[in-house]
Amino acid sequence: MSSPEFTADEMMTVGAARSLRDGAACFVGIGLPSTAANLARRTHAPNLVLIYESGTLGAKPGRLPLSIGDGVLADTADSVISVPEIFNYWLQPGRIDTGFLGGAQVDRFGNINTTVIGGDYANPKVRLPGAGGAPEIAASCREVLIVMRMNPRSFVEKLDFITSVGYGTGKGDREALGLRGRGPVKVITDLGVLEPDPDTCELTLTQLSPGATVEQARKAVGWPLKAVDEPAMQQPPTEAELTVLRELKTTIEGGAK
Amino acid sequence: MARILQLDEAIAELVHDGDTVALEGFTHLIPVAAGHEIIRQRRKDLTLIRMTPDIVYDQLIGAGCARKLIFSWGGNPGVGSLHRFRDAIQNSWPVSLEIEEHSHAGMANRYAAGASGLPFAVLRGYAGTDLPEQTDTIKTIECPFTGQRLAAVPAVNPDVGIIHAQQADRAGNVQMWGITGVQKETVLASARSLVTVEEIVDELTPRPGAVVLPQWVVTAVAAVPGGAAPSYAQGYYERDNAYYQQWDPIGRDREQFENWLETEVFGAERSAR
Repeated sequence: MSSPEFTADEMMTVGAARSLRDGAACFVGIGLPSTAANLARRTHAPNLVLIYESGTLGAKPGRLPLSIGDGVLADTADSVISVPEIFNYWLQPGRIDTGFLGGAQVDRFGNINTTVIGGDYANPKVRLPGAGGAPEIAASCREVLIVMRMNPRSFVEKLDFITSVGYGTGKGDREALGLRGRGPVKVITDLGVLEPDPDTCELTLTQLSPGATVEQARKAVGWPLKAVDEPAMQQPPTEAELTVLRELKTTIEGGAK
Repeated sequence: MARILQLDEAIAELVHDGDTVALEGFTHLIPVAAGHEIIRQRRKDLTLIRMTPDIVYDQLIGAGCARKLIFSWGGNPGVGSLHRFRDAIQNSWPVSLEIEEHSHAGMANRYAAGASGLPFAVLRGYAGTDLPEQTDTIKTIECPFTGQRLAAVPAVNPDVGIIHAQQADRAGNVQMWGITGVQKETVLASARSLVTVEEIVDELTPRPGAVVLPQWVVTAVAAVPGGAAPSYAQGYYERDNAYYQQWDPIGRDREQFENWLETEVFGAERSAR
């Protein structure tokens, strides 16, 4: 059987979707995380509980939502609650299994910047949107998945600003800071998957996307990237996964990106 | 009893230069028309508060109404950056903009403390991030019972809280439903409040899960049909996604923005948006 044609972005989205366990409660951001979570719910994880920071618990949207506060989320949710409640009663006590984050920059310990790039805080070269819900998602979800395209501008030796904590300065730092969840268990990219080294918590290349090489991944990362001896090759998207993903994408075209 | 006013009367009476003003709405029910009326009345030196400043805050900042912004995520949802906000921070255009930056959890708790009549709120947050170093309103405290280290943030108590809702009755009782964000907390935390509504009805129909703000906590209500567009009002109209995308090139360019301001806000009796 010949494999279907697919793009690196499709592999990344499918890889992210596969990382979600059926029945898990997932705190979803808009964009790639939302696409992946909705794909998972339509494939192997029909009982995935989608939680959006606008206060929708258990949303079951029939199309991709256009924002975290899309009306389709409120219409299909088990319950719609206030924003203080979603953060205080649901996220903070650690009731949510998986948090899904993206970012502008990530470092070797999975810390994320979505605040400023270049210059200093008061006079940045580029002002980004800021923290939103990310710091507490990173701190409180039982585990975190990060989804980002890999390139040297994004995967940097040193962040310009720490918006959300991954493993801080290394093993034991999360515990010392009093953060509750395990931290980022996977960084899913267009070239492959990074996972924290069990001894040091440093992100290490463990899987490659079909067609990608370790050298290619090293060139796309701004620090000397470690890799396991023989990174596994990710299973390419199945025909069924691709069909559902492409169908999902058509539900958003013409709307907001 | 809340007074039923015209939007322009309400803004003229309730919002003064130098005030601290929160126009809240979490993607849904954003009080856009009220924001445009503030621009039209050329208010300045405002401290603007909002968890998710988006297009209408970009417009208020670009029009020079704001001196300071207290926020937790500033962007054009689903599209990208706010360019008037960026220009004010990076280049002080048209005036410099001071910022006080939090996370969503921090801001939600600041509103909750404000609504509760408490001086501050406690949350498990900010540890290990660079935010406390840049923001004076984040401190670490020790729990007096367990000794745990936690974050403390002060209450926000705006001079004026402005929200948009679906309905009010003639006495000024307000009802809103769908995603209601921090809007209840905003009204309860504020010294004065204005609720713009899609319509004023004789009697509110009870709805499961709806938020009702009784007339005695609301200062004024103004009927402004379509007052949340380009955001949406559940049960009334959908979000105008194209508008959010079209804003990007307008917001990017000072001249295009000024043309927009002249024609769509100052030149319009009431803005289309």
